Amino acid sequence: MDLEYSPEYREFRDEVRTFLDEHKHKAPNQKPEIPGQPNSAKEWQQLLIEHGYAARTIPREYGGYGAEPDILKTRIIAEEFARARVPPGHSGDNRLVPTVLELGTEEQKQWLVPPSVRGEMSWCQGYSEPGSGSDLASLSTKAELDGDEWVINGQKIWTSGAQNADMMFCLVRTEPDAPKHNGISYLVFSMDTPGIDVRPLVTMTGDAFFNEVFFTDARVPANQIIGKRGEGWFVANTTLRYERGGLGDPNEAENRFNRIVDIMQRETVGGERLIDNPIYRDRLLKLQGQILAMKFNGMRVLSHNIKGEEPGLPRWIVKLNGCELNHQMAGLAIDVLGELGLLYDGSPYLRDGGFWQARYMLDLGLIIGGGTAQIQKNMIGERALGLPKEPKVDEAKAQAA
Amino acid sequence: MDFALSEEQRMLQDSIAGYLESGCPLSRVREVAEARGSRADDVWQELTNLGVHGVLIDEDYGGVGLGVLEAALIAEALGAAVAPVPYVASSIMAPVALAEAGSTGQKETWLPQLAAGEVVAGVGLGEQIGRRESDGVTAAGGKLRGKAMFAMDAASADILIIASDDGALHLVDPGASGVSRERLKTIDRTRTVSEITLDRVDAEVLPGSVTNREPLLTTIDVGRIILAADTLGAAQVMTDKAIEYAKERRQFNRVIGSFQAVKHMCAEMAAELEPCRSLIWYTAHAYSAIPEEGRLMACHAKAHLSEVGKFVARKSTEVHGGMGITDLLGLHYWFKRIGFNRQMLGAPELVREEAARVQAWV
Repeated sequence: MDLEYSPEYREFRDEVRTFLDEHKHKAPNQKPEIPGQPNSAKEWQQLLIEHGYAARTIPREYGGYGAEPDILKTRIIAEEFARARVPPGHSGDNRLVPTVLELGTEEQKQWLVPPSVRGEMSWCQGYSEPGSGSDLASLSTKAELDGDEWVINGQKIWTSGAQNADMMFCLVRTEPDAPKHNGISYLVFSMDTPGIDVRPLVTMTGDAFFNEVFFTDARVPANQIIGKRGEGWFVANTTLRYERGGLGDPNEAENRFNRIVDIMQRETVGGERLIDNPIYRDRLLKLQGQILAMKFNGMRVLSHNIKGEEPGLPRWIVKLNGCELNHQMAGLAIDVLGELGLLYDGSPYLRDGGFWQARYMLDLGLIIGGGTAQIQKNMIGERALGLPKEPKVDEAKAQAA
Repeated sequence: MDFALSEEQRMLQDSIAGYLESGCPLSRVREVAEARGSRADDVWQELTNLGVHGVLIDEDYGGVGLGVLEAALIAEALGAAVAPVPYVASSIMAPVALAEAGSTGQKETWLPQLAAGEVVAGVGLGEQIGRRESDGVTAAGGKLRGKAMFAMDAASADILIIASDDGALHLVDPGASGVSRERLKTIDRTRTVSEITLDRVDAEVLPGSVTNREPLLTTIDVGRIILAADTLGAAQVMTDKAIEYAKERRQFNRVIGSFQAVKHMCAEMAAELEPCRSLIWYTAHAYSAIPEEGRLMACHAKAHLSEVGKFVARKSTEVHGGMGITDLLGLHYWFKRIGFNRQMLGAPELVREEAARVQAWV
């Protein structure tokens, strides 16, 4: 166990702090973050790239800073920006850009990566469909080749940020006769393409964070495919790998936990501080134990990653546990607030600007999104623990039923 | 920065676990438990040869002078083997108490013998955590009077360390006049707890504990970390056994692990338990390396492992179906070990309350 940072990293942390002290007044005011969407002003992003605090490992020829991957430095940058409450930079899109860099052609890299990194090309993800959620590979939005264009018909759902995005990366069925995993292709195209209709999907929070996207004979150039025809499922798994890493971040959980402690020390009920109520306090302490365990689990995963080792089980459980903990924290914050926990929509008595009410609902969405808790348990059981899959249902019999 | 065990720590873990696998199989545990023995002497002896009892004792006193993390790794292996040995009190808590509060003479007398496994120590300080069915122990004029309940590993002990109500620690000869020792029957037959009645018994105080509660609290902290690590080992075995069983047992022409109802129980056990390993590593490491976090982390490790241990003990038993509750399968040895660790030195609610005080929340 060595929890100390070596001098190289201590110096690096000092550098980041000095940079933030000098420049943080230039940081844009931030609205609530929309995951996957570049949201910092372009100048701020450019400044961060120049110093290596954004797009850090993206090669220079594609608009990045071009550093060797160093997980610890990436972590230090994230920690210091969070500590200074300054919006971090981005790497274009943490799902699309790594996928294109890994699997795209040279032409595609030049076309897609630099503007994404500069914040001039934003992305939405076209994966889920009304009939294909957990069973994503059954998706049915189809693309047929007509001359040198794909003609797309079908519908996507849960498309976050589609109303603002410039581009979509999208899974479509191109080989209807192939087995389901081998009949999918990965296309990229402009959201201005005629035949694309974006309709907001209002959720229980009252906001239209998600959208439905309808395709009616939308025509896309044939070369806007990443990877080969029929290999889209495998291309997408590259992307999913990058997305999953972001859900259930233990550092974020610790920040939220500290905010609940603040509330419970500040707020009173009947003249008694909330933290003086032994039942509330025990719930708080129980959560603290769980959060600490996940924090150290995160350090263990990080150490495996630094050494280039596959972390195995400690990694598989992050999304399941992290999202559940976040939801429980929001639930505790609302419970301790009592009637105040009911307030919403900018009521003058709202605490923390309604953060907890929104989080309680959003975090339930995150337990479901990005692979439901039940799918996570299947994956833990099958991939980490080696338990057998459920027997396949005979397709013909399933149709008949 | 490397959050991982060192090569030496992994070797230590492997050597203890490797020995216990052959030297302390369930059949050996059963022999001791069914005879209501207080310990497996052969296992104790071999652990002596492996240097286990001296893990926390300075080299100057015949120990190997390792840290709390190494002690926790040993505890994990002992929990996994449900080993019937008085490790918690004799190899850990008593040496810590002596090192923190003993006079040079006391250390010179007892630490080498404890390290060599020649002397077994019991520790009675339950009244300092949660007094029940006892008026406690008072010290006056070098004599102790009262009752120490749930004295750990005391049944076979050659020497006792007893806390008096003022928090001072005392060495007591269990053979001395006025001492009576009654082993209590508990669910767990792999460790012992005793009722020690003291009637004007000559005792020798550990001088560093007379006006300073720190030695007592440190002894409790380390004891809690060790119990939590023992639960980690026991709960890991229960999880592994459930997974193994779910891969073999067939019903409805399928192995039961292919049913999501069973698979999800296994996944939940793994998801709850895996972060506990990191929590124990950090806590045990921090106890030596980051003293300002030590007590809080010890509380959380004890409380959290108690909760997760209970969850795993129940779910693993369920995965095993009817066989899970039979003596024949013996899963109950781990179930009860986890239960013992939960109740001793402060059940989770009580320890969490202490964590609140440590953080000045109350």
